[in-house]
Formats: sequence, structure tokens, C-alpha cells
Amino acid sequence: MSVFRLALAYLAARPLLTALHVILLALGTATLVVLILFTEQAERKLQGDARPVDLVVGAKGSPLQLILSSVLHVDVPTGNIPYAAARSIGSDPMVRSATPLSLGDSHRGARIVGTDASFFELYGLTLAQGSAFKDEMEAVVGAQVAARLGLAVGAQFTGSHGLAETGAAHGDHPYRVVGVLAPTGTVVDRLILTSIESVWEVHGSHGTVAPEAREITALLVRYRSPLAAAMLPRRINAMTSMQAASPAYEGARLMSLVGVGVDALRVFAGVLMACAALSIFIALTTALQERARDLALLRTLGAPPAKLLALIAAEGMTLVGAGAILGLALGHAAAEAIGRWLAASQSWSVTGLAWEPSEAILLALIAAVGAATCAIPAIQAYARDPATVLLEQ
Amino acid sequence: MLTVRGLRHAYDGRGVLSIDDWSVAQGEASLVLGPSGSGKSTLLGILAGLLSPTEGEVTVADARVSALDARGRDRFRARSVGIVLQKLHLINVLSVRANLGIARRLAELPDDPAHVDRTLEALGIGALAARRASSLSVGEAQRVAIARAVVNRPRVILADEPTAALDDANCDKALALLLEQAAACEATLVVATHDRRVADRFTRRITL
Repeated sequence: MSVFRLALAYLAARPLLTALHVILLALGTATLVVLILFTEQAERKLQGDARPVDLVVGAKGSPLQLILSSVLHVDVPTGNIPYAAARSIGSDPMVRSATPLSLGDSHRGARIVGTDASFFELYGLTLAQGSAFKDEMEAVVGAQVAARLGLAVGAQFTGSHGLAETGAAHGDHPYRVVGVLAPTGTVVDRLILTSIESVWEVHGSHGTVAPEAREITALLVRYRSPLAAAMLPRRINAMTSMQAASPAYEGARLMSLVGVGVDALRVFAGVLMACAALSIFIALTTALQERARDLALLRTLGAPPAKLLALIAAEGMTLVGAGAILGLALGHAAAEAIGRWLAASQSWSVTGLAWEPSEAILLALIAAVGAATCAIPAIQAYARDPATVLLEQ
Repeated sequence: MLTVRGLRHAYDGRGVLSIDDWSVAQGEASLVLGPSGSGKSTLLGILAGLLSPTEGEVTVADARVSALDARGRDRFRARSVGIVLQKLHLINVLSVRANLGIARRLAELPDDPAHVDRTLEALGIGALAARRASSLSVGEAQRVAIARAVVNRPRVILADEPTAALDDANCDKALALLLEQAAACEATLVVATHDRRVADRFTRRITL
């Protein structure tokens, strides 16, 4: 009968209380794990989606909305900009590449993005099947779209107006899938790419609208030199009817806005953890009083003081360990469940099947708090005078 | 062999125990008689190495207990001493077998369930091995406490008021069992009590 098994026997002797302590700690841990998984995966995804793009030029309005709609593809665009004005920015010597985007339609929740060949270069895309679009009404679908909607090369589909699945269908303008992209792990996996001309064709402006009057939604810009970051956005914002927004800056702003809510949840989880630590402290202190005679008996049987310290510490750390492991499992399961629900709604993808390095820090923190919680009762057990059982009975 | 020379013990300067010269041969049984507060439990505590005497020399089973350090006294107690307490003090969350197993573990003896079961059988409580200690009657718990005291085959068995809570019939049985088991282990038996019913069973005694 080892110290650990004796500690387990004591815990098993009061199953309800043991379960309550473990559940309380598990809830705090799970909340923090979900927050870690969401914030770190969201930040990484945001950075990954925005990394290729230095600047987004679009219609005036909210710069955050412009980034959300044109880079992360989760919001509606701010409006349209003249294609001619966008092209003039593309020919600026400070610009290495300029990729036009024309948004507004979708197919069963997947956004249809009118663009050109530079989009493939911008995101470093490769084809898993077929070829890139060349002619009007040809489309290349992202890996996730192909898998979810069963779209393979040769398949036809029609777009519907707007970004919701309930928009009016452009039934007279079917697209034909000519290529399927290899998975990228970015927002591109959820998109359908086609030529700008196809989008104009669907909306009836191709051929009917003068070339100088054509519009696009946004322009994704890559700088030729760091100097451009200081000059180009200011010039566009000051001297044109368009706005320029930096994905890096707006992304950081988004995370700080979301961070307020995250911080509140962190405080809530921290309170849960503190309650759990307090409950374990109370449990151990009470156990110490209830088991004064058992502990003294162990000393009369020859147990050194360190063994009593180990017994109380083992009991406390078993609660802490069980709570932390259950909390990790609950947190990951919850993140996976929410991630699948979000994936179904096409807005975001989070997985609970991944491990974030910050979780190791969380576990170390829990272990440290647990050890501190166990320390006082364990030291009290260590200092117990074994003669008391004999003299006070 | 158990030898006490010039033993004095005081709590906060108040003397509670004084024995000039006392010895019990290996395998002998001796009674320590005295009213409550006469220092019987203190004497057992000193013999077991639970207390350090204020003065004097105590040798138990070839070990100078009064000269051992704390770890040495713990080890001595685990390996050489079996203790039976008045209130029995079994660990209630454990089975009877585990209560004996923990005594072996603390003595750093190998786990030996067969030996534990043989010890229980020898005391006629083999059927209780898997029972939780909390479910035992007083009589059953008394036997388990004696089994735990002898499971490591100690050199000395110390019993503090082992019959105080027992009726006459159970008092006789418990004493008989203690004497029988001490003889089986060839251990020195010291019983401290104020219970006059016990006195007739011992030829050697010391009164405090």
C-alpha cells in the first residue's frame, strides 16, 4: 500500500466531494483552454490570411470592415471603387503587385471572388486538379469548398446574389469548374475564384458598361519597398475617393477589440480557478483535522514525517491533476464542437484537435497553484507530533 | 530484552514518570499498572521511540532508543515494535488486508499478501481480509489491531489499555490472543493498563 494508493483510498471514500473539487477545477481549466485555443488559433489564422497582403484599397467606410470583407471574407464590402483608379494604383512604382477583387456573389455559402492570375501568385496557390480559369464563367474552387459541396472539375453551378445562401440565383449564368486548389490552410480554401470579367458578365455590366466606368470591390496591394508603407496609404486616403487599410494594423485592432471580451472571460476563468484552489485547500485542511488520528497512527507505525507530507500532497495533487486533465479534455472537446459548428456556418474554423504551447504554461501554472494550495496542510501534517495519538486517546 | 535505567520524564518541568531500574527479558510478558495520569502511556511512548525521555537510558530489542535520532526511531518503531492502542485506530478507508499491508510497507518489508493472510488466519479473522475496517465490530477490530501489531514479527509488542473498552468475555479473549501472539513471535510483551481484570494473567509487573 503506497502513499499514492492510500491517498486514492481517502479520495475514493468521499466520492461526491472529490468529484465536486475535480469538476470545479476542470471547469476553470476548460474555460482557459477554450480561450487559449480560440485566441491563438484566431490570431494565427488572421496573420496567415493577412500575411501576403500589405494594403487593401477599397471604398471609403470602416477600414476594419474592408479588411474583414476583402482579406478574411467574413463581412460585406464597404462598396465599390472604379477599376481605372485601382489600375492606376497598380502601376505606381511603389507597388510590387496589385490584385483586383470583385465580390458580391456566393454559391451555397462559398464566396465567389472575381480576380485575375495575380491572386494565385499572391497566395502561392497550386492546383490539385485541372487548370486555372482562362475564359469567362470558368471557376477554380478552394479545397474546402470542393470537399463540402462535392465540386470537381467539370461540375457546373450557379451563383446567387449576396453572401447569404438565400440570395436570388443567377441561373442564366452557370459557372464551370476547371480546377480545384490544393489545401492552403487559409481563407482561400473557402473561396471560389473566377475572372473579374465573369463577375461583370453575371451582373450584366460586361459589354454594356464602358470600360472606364467598370468597378471592382477592392485591390490587394503588395509593396515594393518598406517606404511605401509610410507613403502610399496616406496618399490614397488623402488624395482619392478610396480608402487604404493595412491588414496588419486592422488585424491587431480586431484582436485588441476581441481581447476585451477575452480578458473578461479570462478573469471569469481565473475566479473559477481560485475557487477551485480554495475548495481543495479547504478539503485538505478538513481532511487533516478529520484524519488527525490516522496520521498520528501512521507515525506510530513508523512513517517518517516526510511520508505524511507526501500523503497530503499526493491527495491534493491528485485532485489538481484530475481536474487539470479533465479540464484539458473538456476544453478541447468544447473547442472542437464549437469549431465544427462554426465551420458549418462558414465563418471561422477552430479545432480542438490541436495542442497550443500556451497550454503547457497553463498546466505549469495549475501545478504551481496546486502545490501552493497543498503546501500548508502538508507541512501541518509533517509537523504533527506522533505521541499525541498515544497520550490523548 | 528491554532495559530501563534512571528514566525520568517531565512535561513543562512537571515530572510524570520516574523509573530507576526495570527490565523485561526477551519473550517475557510484563504488566505496567497504574491509575490514569500515572505515566503509563508516556512510558510506552518512550519505549516505542515516540517520545524522547528527559533523562535516562532505554534499550529495547538491542537498540538504545533514547540515543536514536528521529529517523532512527521511526525505523526502529516500524521494524521492531508492534503497537496496540486502546481505541484500536484502524484506517477506516482501507480493507483489513490493506491495514496490515501498510504496516509492512512502512517497515520497508516486501508486499507479501500470503503472509498477511496467514497472520489473519492465525488470529481467526481470515474471512475479514477484504472487509473495510469501518465495517468491523469492536471485537473484530481488536483482533485486526493485534494482527497488525504482529504482522512484522516485532521484537517487542506494546499494548496501551487494550482491554479498557471490552466486556469480561472479550477482555479474556483479547489478552489470551495478545499473549499467544507475543509467544508465537517470541516478542517481549508490555501491557499498560489500570484494568485490574488483567493483573492475574501476568507474573511480572511494575506499578507506577
